[in-house]
Formats: sequence, structure tokens, C-alpha cells
Amino acid sequence: MTPILEIEHVSKSFGTTRANDDISLTLAQGEIIALLGENGAGKTTLMSILSGHYTPDSGIIRVAGAVLPPGRPRMAIRAGIGMVYQHFSLAPNLTVLENVMTGTESLWSPRSNTAAGRAKLLALSRKFGLAVDPDARLGDLSVGEQQRVEILKALYNDVRILVLDEPTAVLTNIEAEHLFATLKGMARQGLSLIFISHKLPEVMATADRILVLRGGRLVAERRAAETSRAELAELMVGRAVTRPVRDAATPGAVVLELTDVTLREAGVNRLKSVGLHLREGEVLGIIGVSGNGQKPLAALLGGTARRSGGEVRLFGQPIGNLTVTDAIAAGIGRIPEDRNHEGVVGEMAIWENVVLERIGDYSRHGFVDRQAGMADAERIMAEFDVRGGGAARPIRLLSGGNVQKLILGRNLSRRPRILIAAQPARGLDEGAVAAVHERILAARRAGTAVLLISEDLDEVMALSDRIQAIVGGRLSPPVAAEGADARRLGLMMAGDWMEAEDAS
Amino acid sequence: MRLEPRDHLPPWLALATPLIAVAAALALAGGLIALAGAPVLRAYGLIVTEAFGSRLAATETLTRAIPLILTGLAAAVAFRARLWNIGAEGQLYLGAVAAVTVSSLLIPDWPPIVQIPVLLVAGAAAGMVLLLLPLWLRLRFQVDEVVTTLLLNFVAVLFVSMLIDTVLKDPMAFGWPQSLPISDNGMLPRLVARSRLHVGLVIAVALALVVWFVQARTTFGLQSRAAGLSPGGAVFAGVPLGRTLVLVAMISGGLAGLAGAVEVMGVKGYVTTDLSPGYGYSGIVVAMLAGLNPLGVVAAALFTAMMYVGADGMSRAMGIPTYIADVTVALSLLSMLVALFFTRYRIRR
Repeated sequence: MTPILEIEHVSKSFGTTRANDDISLTLAQGEIIALLGENGAGKTTLMSILSGHYTPDSGIIRVAGAVLPPGRPRMAIRAGIGMVYQHFSLAPNLTVLENVMTGTESLWSPRSNTAAGRAKLLALSRKFGLAVDPDARLGDLSVGEQQRVEILKALYNDVRILVLDEPTAVLTNIEAEHLFATLKGMARQGLSLIFISHKLPEVMATADRILVLRGGRLVAERRAAETSRAELAELMVGRAVTRPVRDAATPGAVVLELTDVTLREAGVNRLKSVGLHLREGEVLGIIGVSGNGQKPLAALLGGTARRSGGEVRLFGQPIGNLTVTDAIAAGIGRIPEDRNHEGVVGEMAIWENVVLERIGDYSRHGFVDRQAGMADAERIMAEFDVRGGGAARPIRLLSGGNVQKLILGRNLSRRPRILIAAQPARGLDEGAVAAVHERILAARRAGTAVLLISEDLDEVMALSDRIQAIVGGRLSPPVAAEGADARRLGLMMAGDWMEAEDAS
Repeated sequence: MRLEPRDHLPPWLALATPLIAVAAALALAGGLIALAGAPVLRAYGLIVTEAFGSRLAATETLTRAIPLILTGLAAAVAFRARLWNIGAEGQLYLGAVAAVTVSSLLIPDWPPIVQIPVLLVAGAAAGMVLLLLPLWLRLRFQVDEVVTTLLLNFVAVLFVSMLIDTVLKDPMAFGWPQSLPISDNGMLPRLVARSRLHVGLVIAVALALVVWFVQARTTFGLQSRAAGLSPGGAVFAGVPLGRTLVLVAMISGGLAGLAGAVEVMGVKGYVTTDLSPGYGYSGIVVAMLAGLNPLGVVAAALFTAMMYVGADGMSRAMGIPTYIADVTVALSLLSMLVALFFTRYRIRR
């Protein structure tokens, strides 16, 4: 039987980088394959070629035996290739039905045939067990429900091959398990799926076959039943990588204490009577799915937001609202969640990004001390292993991992007393994750109090002494890391910490 | 064929971009000259000789370049911080009227050494005020300053028109709508005898150097660049966004107001509603051609002034409408925008 999809010898270069180097793969009907690889391994490039958004330099793609014309997105959709991106392409002000039907009708037809659309949507929803309300406004739905709409939107175009790019990045682990069950059901009904991820457990649990990409090449292919996490990790990185794990330590005095803190923004309560305390030499993990109040919490402690109520004590003293300069002067280091839009100014030089937040230290009578800035930047780059050229180059030329190491370096080289680390390893490849974790643990050993805000369960469990969940702007009571497992944290992340406490 | 972002812009390309853009504009305008029935190369040759071929022509071109340098700097400073000041024309008129008012009504008898600086400051202050209003609206209510600064141009010019027809009207002007003159003590000295070229040129070039130095070397320059390139990154690094933009607006509006004061104190001595043939708008072209570089502004202003002065002479000699200068300058802005796009993207097949 002809495979539904054949990719033959596809290559694609950007400048001197071989993003895809002679990749061939096949996909059978009703099969789920996973593309596993680090950032920059070429997964997304390959899928962009499949969907017609990039033209390959060489190689061909066949769908059910017929050659797919390269670089033609419309032809790819017509051939039955559907994409579900990590960042949804949905309009929050439209209803579910309107979102699903967008782009499926001719612009020139006088009216939209919503009755037929609704019938088709409900039929798909029943067939694949993806429950949605067609008339709900998309913006009112949870992220998991929005993803269901995104999948239905692809199915609505009569897909035969569904590609999901990092589908679990925005989900809680409970929502993710639902998704996997749905995907398996879809495969049983005859759909073929390609599933892009860098998370090993979910790849092993869901896919029939796993293809590992590294540096643009297809380096290995394994049946899911015949491989192990350790083997896949090594194949993905190209060498054995182990993430560091914290060792036991005795925390010192409380340096930061929040009592009953609320933060109102644009008429919405972003933080609701939040309480936490943080000690010297410990890591407090704040686990939760993005968008539950992590941003305002980090902004409040980093000096870019003001609270509307509650008390904050810094080193035992009650304080008002911090400015950025206050926070830095008090010894608070800050790693922002969005390193490209907050952490650095991409068009500016590396050394300028080092001095910007401490401009007072590098300024003499209003003039910037460029020499001192360059010297410090080069010292940080050497000490924190930031690769990518001299300190005078624009920082946008650095890779994500190197940018993050620079941000870490500009904070840690000053030995901060408190470190607010928001999603410090998000989007980094396995080697960079290990480096970032090692630095955070080294800071902890040196007595820094670390507030780790993250949505990665493995990261939080590996680094934290105590863990609190953040849900809808509320913080759960802390649990000791020793007593926490994925299931219990999953319940806490779902807002169910009362039950989690009872269960303990 | 598709576009892919460049990861790196080589320095030679950054320098060549405005030259390529100007060449493209000249080639396009050449088509129009040919259409008008004149030999293209001789027409461009005439533009150059008419602009620089004699002492008189050269001084005239430099005189034209003075307000263009200042309005070009005004636009470059603001655009670099992503403050879209399209209102240099109105700020220029208010600056001119402020200089005239202070000189003719308040301090006509003060000696030049005191009066000239006071008038320059008055002109700059008037331009600042006119830009701070739209900035306040943006910071307070998120009103788009492109719209407000652009529309304030018309308000400002009509306001000036009203003044020179009423309180500032010159009774000696035989009923022409023209303002009271700057007192003789307030006029800028000539730089070259028997020409119109005045010391405004020194002021403008010096300010270009100062602006370059401030942007490249000072804390404020670094912060305003960060604020323009990435507001989110600037706020996170503790740059006071509002205060930085207020300072940028004061410099930008001040430079545009100064352009008006310098023009009225250096050339005409009184304000009419045709004081500026669109210097405020041409300043935007100058700034873009210069890639927002303050030193590049001086070169771009010279090119633009050359086109205007040279085209005047060429049209007399060859019977081609002088509009060819406006067309060429406008085309060079358009081709510069296209060229800037290709500094960020490359074409792949």
C-alpha cells in the first residue's frame, strides 16, 4: 500500500546553514510519527516545506503517490495537509464556528452558509470526540479548548495528514493527556499525524515511530516500543547530557515576604491575595500554566508593576512599590519571561545590553563609559560561556541560549541576593538548559534566594526546595519538593490544591 | 521568488543604500525629463552647475540647505526614538513667529550679541511647545502622534496667517500679509559678503555634530535609542519611557522651531505664509535619506538643496517645469524606503 506521505531527499539552506539536509521519511495511513529534535534541528523548517511555506532547494514530496508542487500553501491544503501551530491562528473576537469557517468560503459569495458549516463542525466534533460549543466566543475559551478549535479548523478542511507543532506547550499535563487520547483516536479513524516535540515522555507515549532530527539531518528512526528516554535524549543532543540536580542545603533567613498581595490591572485582578516567603539559599518554584499571573508577579518583584494591596517585606522591612532601579540597587536580579522583547534590545550591541539596566553605574556626567561597559561585557561573556562574537555585535545575532546566558551573567556576576527567574529555560535546547540550571543552582549554593517561575514540571521538580502552584492569580500553599510528584503538582496546577492537600 | 530576512547587514551596504536610492530616483525622474523633450544628461548636468557652478549659486544652495539640515535633524532625532514627528513644518512657522515677536515687540534695541541668542531660544521653545502637546496626548490617551502632529501643521500655519494679518501685521508693507520685521540687531550676520549665506550654516552643522555626539555617547542617547528600538526592553531595563520621550520631543521640536527662527533671522527678516516651501516635510526625506544619522543629514540636506536650486536654473534654461525637483526628491524618499526594505530582506528565487 502506498504511504499517505513520502518526503524524499529534501534539503533547504538558509545562507550557509543547512536547515534540512537530505531528509527522507514516510508516513502510513493511520500512523502517528513524532519528529523529535532540539531547537534549530530543522523540525519547523521541514514542516514549513511540507505546508508549502518554504520551497525546498531539492527533493520532492508525494501525498498519496502524487507529487506536491513546492512552495504552494494552497495546494498543500488541497492535498489534505493541515497544520496546528503552537501559536494559534484564531481570532478571539469571533465565535468558534466563525473561526472554523474563516477562509473556507469564497470572498465573493454573497452570504455565508453557516447551517452547512455548523452541521459539518458538529459531525467532526462527534466523530473525533472534540467537544466544543460552536457559538461560544473564542476569547472566552480556555487554552485547551482553543486548541481543540484549532484542530477542528484543520479537520474542517478535510485533512488526511495533520501536523501538530509542539501541541502541549500551552497545556497543563491533564489537558495534554486528553489531547493524546484524542490524537490516538483520530489515528484509529484513519488520519495520519505528525507530532513535533522536544519532550521525551509524551513522544514515547503517543507516537508509533519516532524520527530524531539533529543539525538538519535525520539521525535516527526508532519504533516507540523499542527505545528508551535515555537513548532518545542522547540521539537528540548527540552526546549524553544530564541536567544537574540540586543537593541538600539549609536555607537561611527570610529575605522576601508577600502577604495578601493583590494587583489590579485594566480592571482585572491579576494577582489575588498572594502570599509567599523566600529564604536565602533556597529555590522556591512557582509552577503553573502560562497566563495565570506569572507575568504580574515577576513584574511586581522586578519593579515594572505596582500592587494595589497587601504587604511586601524585603529583608524584613516593609516596602512600597519598587522601581526597576530600586530593585536592582536592592540586589534583586531579574530574568524576564520574554527574553527577546524584555530581556534585551535586539538591535543594540551586546555591551549596551549589559549596561542598559545599570546605566547609572556606567555613566559619568551623563556620558556612557563605553570602555568599562565593553570590558564588563567581555568578562561576563567569558565567564558565562556566551558564544557569538565580540561585545560590540548586535545581540540579535546570538542564539537564544547565548542570549539567556548573557542575561544570567549580567545578573549573577553582581551576586544578587534575590533572583527572580521567569521561565529561565523556555525554548532552549538541552545543552543550554543544563547550563542555565547549573548557574541557578550555583547561585543557590552561594546563598541567593531564587524565585523560579516556570511551567516545566521537570524543571521545577529538579531545582526547587519548595513549590507553590499559581492558578488564576492565586498561589497555593507551598509543598516540599520531596513530597511532590507529577500527579500532585498536576492537580495543584489545575487549581485543585485543596484536594491535593487532602490526598497527602 | 520570496523574501527572507537578512541576519546581517554589511557596512558597505548601509553606506551604499542612500546612493543607490538617489540613483534610482534620478533614473526615474530622467524618464520624465525625456518625456518633456529635453536631453536627460544635459539636464542633470545643468542642475549641478546651476547649484554649484558659481559663487552665487553655491551660496544660494548652502542657504537653502540650512533649514533642511535643522528640520532633517528634528525628524532624525524623533524617528530614532520612534516618535513620529510629522509636524516640523508647523513647529518651524511657530519658531519663526516667536523670533519675530520677541525681536520686534519686546527687545528690538538689545545688542546683537544678546538679542540673537535670545531669539534663537525663543524660536526653539515655540517649536518644543507645539510638539509637547501631541506627545502629552500620546502618553496620556494613546493618541497617535502621526495624526496630531500632521494636522497641527495646518493649525499652526493658519494661526501664523492670522497673526500676520492682525497683531503682527507690518503697517509699512502696503497691506501685504507680512509680519513686523526682525530688528536689525536680531539679524544673523552674513557668512559671505554679497550673498544670502548667513551664519545659520555654522549653527546647523554644529548642531548636527552635537546631536550625533549626544546620540552616540551619552546616557540619554543610549536610553532614547533603547526606547525607540524596543519599548518593552527599555521599560524592563528601567528606562523612564515618558521622561525620555519628553526630552526627545523637546530636542526634535526645538530643532524644528530653530529652523524657523534661523530662516527668518538669516534670510527674509519677516514672516509670510510662504516662508517655508515645505522645509518641514522635506526634512523627513532628508532624515530618511540619511538613515537617521545626524551627520548623514548634512549630506542629504545638501543633495536636496542642490536639487531645488539646480532645478530652478535648469528649468529656466531648458523650459522644463521646476516641479522636476519636487518629483526627484519625492522619488528619492520612495526609493529609499524600498532600498531600506532590501537592507532587511534579501530575495530568494
